[in-house]
Amino acid sequence: MEYQNEFRVFFAAKSQNEALARIMTAAFLSQYDPTLSEITDIKTAVSEAVTNAIIHGYEEKSGDVELFCGYNDGKIYIEVADRGMGITDVGQAREPLYTSKPELERSGMGFTIMETFMEEVRVESKQGEGTRIYMEKTLTTE
Amino acid sequence: MELNFSKRNRTLIIKIDGEIDHHTCEILRGEADCALEKMGGKNIIFRMGGVSFMDSSGIGAVIGRYKITQRLGGRIAVAEANDRVQQIFRLSAMQSLIPSFPNVDSALEYVEGGKE
Repeated sequence: MEYQNEFRVFFAAKSQNEALARIMTAAFLSQYDPTLSEITDIKTAVSEAVTNAIIHGYEEKSGDVELFCGYNDGKIYIEVADRGMGITDVGQAREPLYTSKPELERSGMGFTIMETFMEEVRVESKQGEGTRIYMEKTLTTE
Repeated sequence: MELNFSKRNRTLIIKIDGEIDHHTCEILRGEADCALEKMGGKNIIFRMGGVSFMDSSGIGAVIGRYKITQRLGGRIAVAEANDRVQQIFRLSAMQSLIPSFPNVDSALEYVEGGKE
């Protein structure tokens, strides 16, 4: 797809970069006059996807997380990707309250939150190759 | 994220300001568990009026503390949470275990109403 504007960054899979990913997303978004609630929705979804990449994709070991934000015709497109271990069963991972890491006190609500706050969430994952999450949200126009 | 701890009887009150995510939760968990043990407490109130952002990591951390207070025969409550934070808790359907109160006084009344 051709975007009117976009950015793509790679950052280290470290938990302190979760805030960085949110800030970059919010800064990009702010150009398109979003509501406060839309900014928070998208920041929360990005935070969940990036946290998944760090905890599940790389199991808190080193790696790079890719963040893409695109804007086209009133719509925001997000991609968060890792080249980590991949998800064995995407359907199961998306179920509310399911977590493969209860010992880390994960709530199992990551995908539910992404699905609640974004219009569309698509997951591509291959074992041993990584995971890419696509999300979309239309911004309200006043 | 900034944490401030205070005590009332056997209740630990944790005032949280700033962002709650996977990164800051690690700090929250460690400091909360340490403070609860040190004071010999059994209840926890999370004062969340100053929380500017929270993702599902916050749910995990609160549920983790819920399990600890359960073992001690205590209770847990959230106070002063804004609409967004309450929405995140509602999604996880945890309100029955972790009730939310508009202020610390009503949260205290609830946690201290638990069995001795």
